[in-house]
Amino acid sequence: MEQLGIIERLQSAFGETLGVWHASNSESAYARRMGSFFQVSDPARLLELAFFLRDEPALAFDSLLLLSSVDHGDGSLSVVYHLESTVYRHQIVLKITRPMAQARVPSVTSVWSHANWQEREAWDMMGIRFEGHPDHRRILLEEDYPGHPLRKYFKEPDFYHGMKVPN
Amino acid sequence: MELPVLPTDKTGEGNVIVTSLDTLFNWSRLSSLWQMSFGLACCAIEMMSTAAAHYDMMRFGVIPRPSPRQSDVIIISGTVTLKMASRVKMLYEQMADPKYVISMGNCSNCGGPYWEYGYHVLRGVDRVIPVDVYIPGCPPRPEALLEGLMKLQEKVRAQGKDIEFTE
Amino acid sequence: MPEILERNIHSHSLLHASAPVHLPDRVEPKRLHTEEMVLNIGPQHPSTHGVLRLEVVLDGEVVVDVIPHIGYLHRCFEKHAENLTYPQVLPYVDRMDYIAAMSGEHGYVTAVERLLYIEVPEKVEYIRVLFAELQRIASHLIAIGTFGMDSGAFTPFLYCFRDRETILEMFEKTCGARFLYNYMWVGGLSHDLHPDVLPMCRDFLKKSRATHQEINDLLTFNHIFVERTAGIGVLDREVAINGGASGPMLRSCGVKWDIRKDDPYSIYDRFEWEVAIGSSDRGEPGDSFNRHWVRMQEWEQSLNIIEQILEQFPRQDATDVQSAIPKRLKPPEGEIYSRTETPRGELGYYIVSNGDVKPWRVKVRSPAFSNLSLLPLLSRGYLVADLIVILGSIDIVLGEVDR
Repeated sequence: MEQLGIIERLQSAFGETLGVWHASNSESAYARRMGSFFQVSDPARLLELAFFLRDEPALAFDSLLLLSSVDHGDGSLSVVYHLESTVYRHQIVLKITRPMAQARVPSVTSVWSHANWQEREAWDMMGIRFEGHPDHRRILLEEDYPGHPLRKYFKEPDFYHGMKVPN
Repeated sequence: MELPVLPTDKTGEGNVIVTSLDTLFNWSRLSSLWQMSFGLACCAIEMMSTAAAHYDMMRFGVIPRPSPRQSDVIIISGTVTLKMASRVKMLYEQMADPKYVISMGNCSNCGGPYWEYGYHVLRGVDRVIPVDVYIPGCPPRPEALLEGLMKLQEKVRAQGKDIEFTE
Repeated sequence: MPEILERNIHSHSLLHASAPVHLPDRVEPKRLHTEEMVLNIGPQHPSTHGVLRLEVVLDGEVVVDVIPHIGYLHRCFEKHAENLTYPQVLPYVDRMDYIAAMSGEHGYVTAVERLLYIEVPEKVEYIRVLFAELQRIASHLIAIGTFGMDSGAFTPFLYCFRDRETILEMFEKTCGARFLYNYMWVGGLSHDLHPDVLPMCRDFLKKSRATHQEINDLLTFNHIFVERTAGIGVLDREVAINGGASGPMLRSCGVKWDIRKDDPYSIYDRFEWEVAIGSSDRGEPGDSFNRHWVRMQEWEQSLNIIEQILEQFPRQDATDVQSAIPKRLKPPEGEIYSRTETPRGELGYYIVSNGDVKPWRVKVRSPAFSNLSLLPLLSRGYLVADLIVILGSIDIVLGEVDR
């Protein structure tokens, strides 16, 4: 199914207020992957949307490829979901943007179990909370590491457990 | 190695060697440096290659042993992260004296390519344990690791004597 | 099954109260009161493939739960990628999956070239695919050798490393490095193919087919090895797709999904080869034996691809391999998710560019990270020795898991 067809399905099921479709304006053959994403405006409906995308027979997005977090540098953080269907071979990208002070997003672990470790990493690196995650703890760094490193204005600690960290 | 030899007896064969206890102990130590297999990252693959048939570390008497109690030398091969540093220290303390440390590769020498922006990388394993030999390279060739081992053997040979170890 | 005792360290909420016990038929569970024990494997352990810590909850010898702890090799790749220019990121990409560095580089340069809308010369594509397939064989050799070592067989490890030295020699002649090459640059390559490499490749093909047969005889069809790996750690098809498995782990369940065929990149569509999937000849689809079997078959298929490359290679082509490299690498604003098939699975790069010479964000979809997250599911109810076999069959590289 073409990307526009998928978006029409979503909008007919959820209404026009669910989000905004940002299409890449490139004509090239890579346009399918280049920058087109669906900006979800209401995070509270994310879980409903995720179940719909997975269980709807015509869409069948059974595989979460990647869950990444982006810091835009202007005080907002985004969570980006790359989904794919192994049945129909189509892909879609969802994006949710939240201000840094309220960086909370529902967890999609119950939809795709791949999201378990991916969300733990997003919490670890970027400090985004995932509500409903069964095991919300840091995965790559220790629990007592100060700060979330991939934020743009992160500064590394001077000493960690008695070891000098900077150069 | 130079051993003072007594004049031979009438049959023409010398069968008594006189040497100092230090020399004897040093010689036996350097000929059988058992290493603790402590591969952390990419340098571990080069260490495995050195132990394999092509370069063969075992002809120097170096056998990989899994336990710190049974080994003489620990080859820190790979990047030491802040999370791993306390475990490295613990393993070093568990080793029995006399023990030696070889720091293999740029990452354990000084932080390697991660020196500038690595917030979780320990810039040099000598911030937690004392190092005897530094082997540069990213990764060092197996020949470089063998040369490092030979330098350590020279150091062990000079141990306990009033010789200045200048090389 | 005794009750799960409360642990004051992180309680894993996916823990089930009763796990199926997979003891061989001739062992009868004794009716004694037992308590559980928590055994810590790693981070320094001869059989974990790198610095991985496994917290294993045991009931006797039976694994009740295993909790992997990673992050001991977290080297801040993504932070480095935000502070360095696109070409400067390449050595760090090498060091992530250090066993299959060419494949990692191939994925990264494909992603950046798509962002920049560059097409590389045909000769460059052929060299890239040749080296990627050679790297696939080298990586599978390590995987097979260490998997044999985990199950107790030491000899295949030495034979595999011997063959790997030939491949590394070919790489060294071309770009000067044994592994961690920094060879595939954005828009081209760093050096042209050395004239000795193609004849060496032809000799290597013959020798490698013989080694493949030898490893099959020594290891794959060995009765002891089959007993140790067949039926161990069975991964269900739906669970695999939902859980993010990819590569040999996914294909061993019977799912015919290979990015080189299903989402082709470079010139893979010019070659004829088969996608290897798991079968029920020995064991069942999704078990450790089939993961090993898929790797053995992929080795053979890579040899077929290399043979076709040697036939089709444009030998008279004298294009400079650096001709398509742009003077200033400044991609337009945008983002891309681009993926390639590495020996471990689907390696994806999500690159966000804001028009600067440095990327704004690079996120790596690491196949070993996703495959490792399935380890607890696979090993509940098996014995501790089987846990090591399952871990070996997943084929992880901690540099990629931790980035």
